[in-house]
Amino acid sequence: MNSAKLCRSILAALLALPLLSGVASAYELTIPSLDYRTGPYAPNGIPFANGYGDYMNMLNERDGGINGSKINLVACETAYNTKRGVECYENTKGEGESGALVYQPLSTGITYQLIPKSSVDKIPVFSMGYGRTSAANGKIFPWVFNFPATYWSQATVFIQYIAEKEGGMDKLKGKKIALVYHNSAYGKEPIRTLEKAAEKYGFEFLALPVDHPGQEQKSTWLQVRKERPDWVMMWGWGVMNQVAIKEAASIRFPMDHFIGVWWSGSENDVLPAGKAAHGYLSGAFHQPGSNFPAHADIRKHVYGKGMGLGDEDRIGEVLYNRGLVAAMWTTEAIRKAMEIHGTNEVKAVHVRDGFEALDVDEARLTELGLPGFTIPVKITCENHEGPGKVALQQWDAHAKKWSLVSDFYEPLRDITGPLIAEDSAQYAKENGVVPRICGS
Amino acid sequence: MLFFIEVTLSGLMAGVMYSLVALGFVLIFKASGIFNFAQGVMALFAALTLVGLMEKFNFPVWLAIIGTIAVMIALAWLIERVMLRHLVNQEPIILFMATIGLAYVLEGVGDIMWGSDVKLLDIGIPQGAWGWLWDQGIYVEKLELFAAGTAAVLVIFLAIFFQKTRIGRALRAVADDHQAALSVGISLNTIWVVVWSVSGIVALVAGIMWGSKSGVQFSLSLIALKALPVLILGGFTSVPGAIIGGMIIGVGEKLAEVYIGPIVGGAIENWFAYMLALAFLLFRPQGLFGDKIIERV
Repeated sequence: MNSAKLCRSILAALLALPLLSGVASAYELTIPSLDYRTGPYAPNGIPFANGYGDYMNMLNERDGGINGSKINLVACETAYNTKRGVECYENTKGEGESGALVYQPLSTGITYQLIPKSSVDKIPVFSMGYGRTSAANGKIFPWVFNFPATYWSQATVFIQYIAEKEGGMDKLKGKKIALVYHNSAYGKEPIRTLEKAAEKYGFEFLALPVDHPGQEQKSTWLQVRKERPDWVMMWGWGVMNQVAIKEAASIRFPMDHFIGVWWSGSENDVLPAGKAAHGYLSGAFHQPGSNFPAHADIRKHVYGKGMGLGDEDRIGEVLYNRGLVAAMWTTEAIRKAMEIHGTNEVKAVHVRDGFEALDVDEARLTELGLPGFTIPVKITCENHEGPGKVALQQWDAHAKKWSLVSDFYEPLRDITGPLIAEDSAQYAKENGVVPRICGS
Repeated sequence: MLFFIEVTLSGLMAGVMYSLVALGFVLIFKASGIFNFAQGVMALFAALTLVGLMEKFNFPVWLAIIGTIAVMIALAWLIERVMLRHLVNQEPIILFMATIGLAYVLEGVGDIMWGSDVKLLDIGIPQGAWGWLWDQGIYVEKLELFAAGTAAVLVIFLAIFFQKTRIGRALRAVADDHQAALSVGISLNTIWVVVWSVSGIVALVAGIMWGSKSGVQFSLSLIALKALPVLILGGFTSVPGAIIGGMIIGVGEKLAEVYIGPIVGGAIENWFAYMLALAFLLFRPQGLFGDKIIERV
């Protein structure tokens, strides 16, 4: 190799260095964080926002960001209010050189409002396990991602868990299953799935709505007492969860027959009920606890420098970990986008490609300091829900901790598949969306 | 039939819980004609302070309650000094707007002082189904029975306070006619501090009951929404009206939810309570026990 060629090689290597080795570059990656640290749902919004922000700050401090480009986390307070959430979106979408790269609305109501907007602005929305279930159909919702599982998948997993405890799917016939739900778009999501499942497996389905905020539910639980369902599911949020668990305990409903959606399964929900909440179940797609290398890095690089967003002793709570896993998948999608497009200077449109090519397997989770923390996720153009697998966790009121008590179940795709196809086709028809052809 | 009795009893008990919040509104409105939008937040603030003193300063329950009462009295004094004193003779709507501001300030201060987490409030109030009635096939929550007893004690205390004490009589005089009360030497400012203090203590009782039920958290301030139909029905100026109104609303909404709800899709109790109050409003605008409105031309 002559000296000129050697110089060119060194120069090229130096230019490529920021991308390959994580040396800091000036280009910042703007990620709005639609938080709710105020209002009636703040106790749930705060730990999620802390986990989300701490993970990204840890990447900034430990690695200089994603592949050397710093993350610019822009917090905006929504108070879990749809109108304010939309205002946050409008105010932050043009933020920074990159513009907003992705939104995590953390509210089904806000997600529904952002679905049409994001497709016009070409910004991906990552409604992680919430929002519009039929957005799992990537052909019709190219800008929305709702992995690792939807509410419909979760509902069918609960049915399978119940069947397993009752002795098989055929034993569901004649059983009575009630759904106590937040009377909102979010709470109503699983109803159609459960109705279909009731038709198929012959159980009686009872839907019991609870109005916002759910502080007073006496009549709902009197109906549960009267109807005596074998199992109760709950799609609740905020104070509704705590009151429901206490009411269920008061009417002496067996806690191990009471299953909450994954938004009804945090420490906040069970602690106010004390020992009475022992045995309560909820859906989960990640581990609780803080014994993972990523948590240690957050302690060292974020809290060690006085930059933590919350109390250090609350790292590892369920909703903290939920925020952390959301941040992990989000940053991995951005990393993937950089890899696909060969540049750190990615825009929202590139990040969408990153989401569609996302493949975080167990080996990658281990590299990220989260071995066995969650299920492997592989997203495709058609399937934005990913694996759809859900496990159940159970509350131990004596040890005051959650533990996974089941394997991850596959959803009943024979029920959810046609519903997703039907609902997304209806959306496409109403909104003039032409389904894209994947693989072209 | 047993189930009907159970629903009715639960409605009565829930109604008393609403009444505890409504009482605070009544006291302030009765003495000053102010509709205190911040009453729900005062219940939250009092409960937050109580839990905060117990958790952060390891106060025993009795000392934490005394400490919280002191904080609520100090708050009443501050409200009079900073807000009410400067708004004397202003239109009721101005005073109402001021209480909206107060609600947000208290919420913010509560958040800064004690944080937004859900806090467990356990001061030894019994909870769960009452065993004896449970054995008879009827479910009644012990916490709500305790709340009913507390409300009864509170009403007796307030009745004695209003009827038998010098301050109580002065308070009634102010309620009847500000100008006349001033002319006989009653200090309006002192009366306001007293009434806001009493209202703060009532807010503490409401905060304890609701906080024991759901944990102390910011949604506690929304219990004020449950008190509004009670006030419309019972009247804004009547202490017994707040109690009876609460019970009517409680029973009405529970029976409606359980028996009509399933036919129309459920979740009707919130708006049904307002509909019930509206029906009463059409026939008795002053509420069941409110002072009759007489306008002389």
